Amino acid sequence: MTQRSRLHVPYPPARPGDKPDFSYVQISPAGAVGRPDVTAPARDIESLSLEMVRVLDDQHRAVGPWNPHLEPQDLQVGLRHMLLTRHFDDRMQRMQRQGRVSFYMKSTGEEAVSVGQGMALLPGDMLFPSYRNQGLYIVRGRSLVDLMCQCLSNTKDMCKGRQMPVMYHWASGNIFSISGNLATQFPQAVGWAMAAAIKGEDRLAASWIGEGSTAEADFHHALTFAAVYQAPVILNVVNNQWAISTFQGFAGGEHRTFAQRGPGYGIPGIRVDGNDFLAVYAVTQWAAERARQSGGPTLIEHVTYRAAAHSTSDDPSRYRPKEEWQSWPLGDPINRLKQHLIALGEWSEERHGALEKQLEAHVTACWKEAVSYGTLTEGPSLDPASMFEDVFKQMPAHLARQRDQLRVLLRAQAQEGSPPEKAPEGLQSMAKEG
Amino acid sequence: MVQAINSAMDIMLERDPRVVILGEDVGYFGGVFRCTEGLQRKYGEHRVFDTPIAEGGIVAAAIGLGVNGLKPVAEIQFADYIYPAFDQIVSELARLRYRTAGEFFAPVTIRTPCGGGIRGGQTHSQSPEVIFSHVCGIKVIMPSNPYDAKGLLISSIEDEDPVVFFEPKRIYNGPFDGDPHKPAVPWSSHAKGEVPDGYYTVPISRSEVVRAGKDVTVLTYGTMVHVTEAAVRVAGVDAEIVDVRTLVPLDVDTLCTSVCKTGRCVIVHEATRFSGYGAELLATVQEECFWHLEAPIQRVTGWDTPYPHAFEWEYFPGPARIAAALKSVMEAS
Repeated sequence: MTQRSRLHVPYPPARPGDKPDFSYVQISPAGAVGRPDVTAPARDIESLSLEMVRVLDDQHRAVGPWNPHLEPQDLQVGLRHMLLTRHFDDRMQRMQRQGRVSFYMKSTGEEAVSVGQGMALLPGDMLFPSYRNQGLYIVRGRSLVDLMCQCLSNTKDMCKGRQMPVMYHWASGNIFSISGNLATQFPQAVGWAMAAAIKGEDRLAASWIGEGSTAEADFHHALTFAAVYQAPVILNVVNNQWAISTFQGFAGGEHRTFAQRGPGYGIPGIRVDGNDFLAVYAVTQWAAERARQSGGPTLIEHVTYRAAAHSTSDDPSRYRPKEEWQSWPLGDPINRLKQHLIALGEWSEERHGALEKQLEAHVTACWKEAVSYGTLTEGPSLDPASMFEDVFKQMPAHLARQRDQLRVLLRAQAQEGSPPEKAPEGLQSMAKEG
Repeated sequence: MVQAINSAMDIMLERDPRVVILGEDVGYFGGVFRCTEGLQRKYGEHRVFDTPIAEGGIVAAAIGLGVNGLKPVAEIQFADYIYPAFDQIVSELARLRYRTAGEFFAPVTIRTPCGGGIRGGQTHSQSPEVIFSHVCGIKVIMPSNPYDAKGLLISSIEDEDPVVFFEPKRIYNGPFDGDPHKPAVPWSSHAKGEVPDGYYTVPISRSEVVRAGKDVTVLTYGTMVHVTEAAVRVAGVDAEIVDVRTLVPLDVDTLCTSVCKTGRCVIVHEATRFSGYGAELLATVQEECFWHLEAPIQRVTGWDTPYPHAFEWEYFPGPARIAAALKSVMEAS
């Protein structure tokens, strides 16, 4: 028989109606992976990219060399940040369903990545997030009101109505602007880190993309530049298994772990249980220490699961089993940290319930305040003529002319009394996911 | 229009075993706008397949597929995401035939949703057609209705040259007259919403007069065809509306015959004004119709800013702005 090549098109282990199957996820026992010195050469620690760093074991104990030995108070802060992130996400999703917000993207199930890493880094470190890293803002203390105002495109929107919801930025908080385009921030973070090295600063950069986005050329640019210049940067791949409808196999995950891409470029790769707050914290601390000692970049793969839809425009029941998250072998990051604190005797169901109530009330109060600054459909609104600002630092004449034309038009329309705008229409389905 | 586009691909997959569909989420899921729904089930995963999230990779692979005898139809999920593929389109796809004196070519069709009016902000609303119409060696198309979408897409897939096929997503599910306050209208209510089930083509490089008139010619395409029709009703002007629909190659005869007849011209597109496609139309009309013109040609376009999320209706060149331009060219003498 003649041998012929045959196109391999990846197919996920389970589609709607199938039993969820995560047997492909290789999981190391908690505490089993060694913690090398932060100065170890990349070639000597390649096994870190194959195994999975885990700290929390099945009895909710923190075990092994990667245990960061955090104080109970710090663990409680981490739990609070993750819970607040989840409550915030849930509220914004509901507000989108009610037509108050045009679009939203939840980070449910992935909270440990942003919160654990945000806490392990220093306030001066520069963050280049993707669109599912709202936990970073929670850790750094940006008020929920500000985040909600961005989602509402209202008079207090940091983006002045120019960006879709969740595309935040925060210059004084050292968090870079979120782009709607994928992976662009990854090599930019490397450039920022190169500048820190050129200037001889002690700061580092960190960036996040989804496993799907590693297919973009910008991922390759980031790793190449980071390796060539040994830039002080932490490059994070959040492997949440799904990029809208395509599973991680479509980004090459069937053949190698995403962490293994690091050693290919001469960069240490660490694969970590992304739902283990302590493990995420520990590997970030390791990578940060390495970067601050001129050890260069680290690539971290966070193995987690996108529990929610890609966005409010997406319906995952069309392409994956509905209850898949319940079968996810690495569990829920919030519950795992909660159980750990309870096992330590530093937390209880009662305290947890009280905290949830308190956070829910906080989210409600923040929402009430945020909408008082206007929504897309009611209340005070930004001046539409402001859309011409910030295209350039100084407005050129042709834009000033167009701005004046718009003002004339709006005045004429106001005199005619045009109808109030209806609820924002969302997209049926939009925005890709990395 | 989604069904019409789906039907075009369905028919071509059926008729021509060389046709393959590739893109992000186009396989099992059927595309985020549902344009490829059911096609993988019907034709199998070697004919209709998902790709990694890499627009440059998608177009580059499509070139390779095309060079090796297939007819790839690549979807770029949003036109706003096409830029990572820019080098492959401009330096490779567009010039392959030229630089090899015709020995190599890649008959690639790139489908991509464009345009605003869906609260998509600056990364889901762009109309970058002129960036591609400026490149020699690719055809650029933007239909305004289901009938044309199907016929032009079939022509594009059959064409042996590369085509960038823009689909205005605001009119995927019905015509849009520029008034977001009105309830959505389905395509079934529109004359060109009726689409024959079977194979047919609409020729590339033919524009169409969609409304005959004697006072002024409006040159437009995509969503703005419908917005212009509404504006003409508002302005009470007997305008002739030409749906350009094939931006490259341009049907100069149809456009200029109309302008020479009416003596006046307004150009409307959703894309930004500066160096926009309207500038090409305007220059062509000026060259061909100068002695027939009775008023300066006017352009109505998106403002020269990124597409803002909060102010999309202030940004969108709606019927009021078009009507004002129509009145203004009528008053000029």
